[in-house]
Amino acid sequence: MKQIFYCLIFPGFLFSAVIGLLTGWVDRKITARLQWRIGPPWHQNFTDIIKLLGKETIVPAGAKYTFLFSPYIGLISAVLAATYLGRSIIAPLESFSGDLLVLFYLLTIPALALMIGASASRNPLASLGAAREMKLVLAYELPFILAIITVIIRSNGAIQLGQIIRQQLFFGSNVFSFSGFLSFLVALFCVQAKLGIGLFDIAEADQEIMSGTLIEYSGLPLAVFKLTKAVMFYTLPLFIIVLFLGCSLSPLFLIAKYLILLAIIILIKNTNPRLRIDQALKFFWRIPTLLGVIAVILALFGL
Amino acid sequence: MSHKIIVPIGPYHPLQEEPEYFQLYVEGEKVVDIDIIIGYNHRGIEKLSESKHFDQVPFLVERICGICSSSHPYAYCLAVENILGGEANIVPEKALYIRTIIDELQRIHSHLLWLGLAGHFIGYNTVWMWAWKYREPVLDMFEMVTGNRNNYAMFKVGGVRRDLKDEDIPILKKMLDELSPGVDLFRGAIMDDPVIKMRLKGVGVLTRQQVVDWCVVGPTARASGVNMDIRRDEPYGVSDRLDWKVILEKDGDIFCKTIVRILELYESISIIRQSLNKMPKDGPIDAGVKDIPAGEGIGRVEAPRGECFHYIKSDGTNRPVRHKIRSPSFMNVASDKVSAVGGTISDATLTLAAVDPCYCCTERVAVINKTDKCKVMNGWDLIKLSQEKTLKLKEGYYGRPE
Repeated sequence: MKQIFYCLIFPGFLFSAVIGLLTGWVDRKITARLQWRIGPPWHQNFTDIIKLLGKETIVPAGAKYTFLFSPYIGLISAVLAATYLGRSIIAPLESFSGDLLVLFYLLTIPALALMIGASASRNPLASLGAAREMKLVLAYELPFILAIITVIIRSNGAIQLGQIIRQQLFFGSNVFSFSGFLSFLVALFCVQAKLGIGLFDIAEADQEIMSGTLIEYSGLPLAVFKLTKAVMFYTLPLFIIVLFLGCSLSPLFLIAKYLILLAIIILIKNTNPRLRIDQALKFFWRIPTLLGVIAVILALFGL
Repeated sequence: MSHKIIVPIGPYHPLQEEPEYFQLYVEGEKVVDIDIIIGYNHRGIEKLSESKHFDQVPFLVERICGICSSSHPYAYCLAVENILGGEANIVPEKALYIRTIIDELQRIHSHLLWLGLAGHFIGYNTVWMWAWKYREPVLDMFEMVTGNRNNYAMFKVGGVRRDLKDEDIPILKKMLDELSPGVDLFRGAIMDDPVIKMRLKGVGVLTRQQVVDWCVVGPTARASGVNMDIRRDEPYGVSDRLDWKVILEKDGDIFCKTIVRILELYESISIIRQSLNKMPKDGPIDAGVKDIPAGEGIGRVEAPRGECFHYIKSDGTNRPVRHKIRSPSFMNVASDKVSAVGGTISDATLTLAAVDPCYCCTERVAVINKTDKCKVMNGWDLIKLSQEKTLKLKEGYYGRPE
C-alpha cells in the first residue's frame, strides 16, 4: 500500500508531474522574459495537457500496439525514476545498494520509448527523428556514465544514492572538488541533451522535421509524452543535485539549488542555436567525454 | 543506405509562412536532390494590373509582398517614368529624397525580419524575438511617415503621396540613433558566436560561377562576391548623391549572407541619415503627371532581396497594356537546387531560408507535367480536400443532407 502511494502520489507520479509541469512553466516564463515577451500564466502547461486529453487520438494506418504503448513505457520509467530519487532524498537509509544503476537505466528508457514509438508510426519524418534521437543517445550516454563514475569513485565506490548523499553530507558537495566540478559540467550538458532542449533540440527540430519523433502523435499518447518530458524535467535536475550538490538537502536549500540549476539550464538553452546531429555527436565525443575521463582520473587521485 | 525517401517541406510547414513545396529527396540525412514546386497561391497580379489605371497600379503592386511593399511600386513608378522621360527629369527634388528614405527604411525592416527568421530556423528563438523587437521602431517610423506599418501607399507616378513633415525629422533621426546599438548587438552576437559559426560556415555555398549561372541577385549574390547593386549600377532616387558602399563577401555560404545583410543595415541607416540631412526644406513632392504617352518602359529597384524589375507597355490610354514583373526571389529560390543538394536536412532548411525567400513574389502559374505515378496536390486540390472535410464535419453535426 505504502509503495503504491509512493509511486502514484508522492514523490511519484502526481507530485513529479505537477512539479514537472510547473518547472516547464518556469522555463517558458523565463524564456519569455528573456525574449521580451510576457509569457504564459502558471497553469498553461496543465491546460495544455488537459486539452490534449480531450483530443481525438489518431493512429496512422499500420501502426498499432507499439505505437500506442511506448508512451506509457516512457512515462512509467520516468515516474519510477522520480519515485526512487524522491524516496532516497527523503529517507536516504531506505535505499538499496545499486539503486544508482537502476536509476540510470530508468532515465534512459524514455528516450528509447520515444524512438520505438516514432519508428512504429511509419512516418519518414518520425523515423528521421528516431534516427537522430538514437545518435543523440549514443552521443551523451558515455559522458553521462563517466560523470556518474566520478561520483561513485568520490564516494568510495558506493552505488547507492543514500550513501552518496551521506558522503556529501560529511565531506561537502562533490561539485566543490576539481573532478566533481568537471563532471558536473559534463552532466549539465548531458541533461540538456536528455531533455532535448536548446543546443540539442535535434530529434524534435520543429523547423527541420516538424517535431520529428512526435509528428504522428495526437491526443492522449501525445499528452503522455508531454507528461514524460515534464517528469524528466523535474527528475534530471534533481538527479544532478543529488549527485553533485548533495550536502544539506533540507527543503529550502533543495528548492533554492533546484531553481538555480534550472536557471542555468534555461540560460544555456536560450543563448544557443540548435546543433546539427553530427556536430552534437562530435561535441559529446570530444569535449564532455574528454572532460569526463579527466574527471575520473582526478577522482582516482582523490582530487 | 541507398534508400531514397521524400521529405516534404511545404506546402504547409513550420519553416515557412507561405505555401511553397520543396521536395527533398534524402538518403539518411543527406539531401541528394530537390524539387521546387510553386503555384499554390497565384493571384494573377500582372493581368489584374492591365485592368487598373496608372494611378491605381501602385496600390495593387505594393500588395504583391508585404515586406517589399515599397520596392514594387517604386519599380513600377520608375517604369512609367521611363516612358515619360526618366525619374530624374520629372520627379521633384524632395520627392526623390522621400522615395529613397522609404526604400531604405524598408530594407532595414526586411533585413531585420529575415535576421529574426534565420534565428528561428536555427532554433535560436532569442535572436528571433530580439530582432523583431528592434524591427518594431522601424515600423513605427513607417507609421509616423506614411500612416501605415506596411503597404505604405507612398509612391505615385511623378512623385510621392505624402510629405515628410519637418517636425518628424528629428524624431526619425533619434529613432535611427536608437536602432544602431541594436544592430551592433546582432553583429556581435552573430559574428562572434562559435555555435552559430559552426552551423552557418561552409553551409549552402553558392560559388561565384553558380551565382552567375543561376542569375542570382541581391544580397545572396553579393555574399558570393558578385559586385552588383542596382542602387549603384543604375542609380534611382538620390542614391548616387550619397556616400555609401556596396557590401561584398567572398565565400557565398550562409554566414556570409548573414554578414552582408547585417552590414547593409548600417549602410541603410547611413543613407537615411544623409537623406534626412540633405533633403530640401520645402518644395513640391508631386509632378502632377496627367497623361502617359504610348511607349515601353522598365524600372529596376534594388529590393531587399535583389533586383526587382518591372516592365510597362502603354498605348496612350489610361491603362498599361502589359505589365511584367520579375521579382528577386523568383531568381534566388531556384538556386536552392545547387546550394541545398549535398548537405543534410538540417542544412537544407537553412539554405532554403538563406536566400530570404519571398514566396508571394515567386508565385507563378504552375503547369505540372505528370510523368510519374506520384500525385502532386495543387492549390485547387487542397481546397477541394478542405471542402470535403467541411462537408464531413457538417454531416457529423447535422446529419447527411437530403
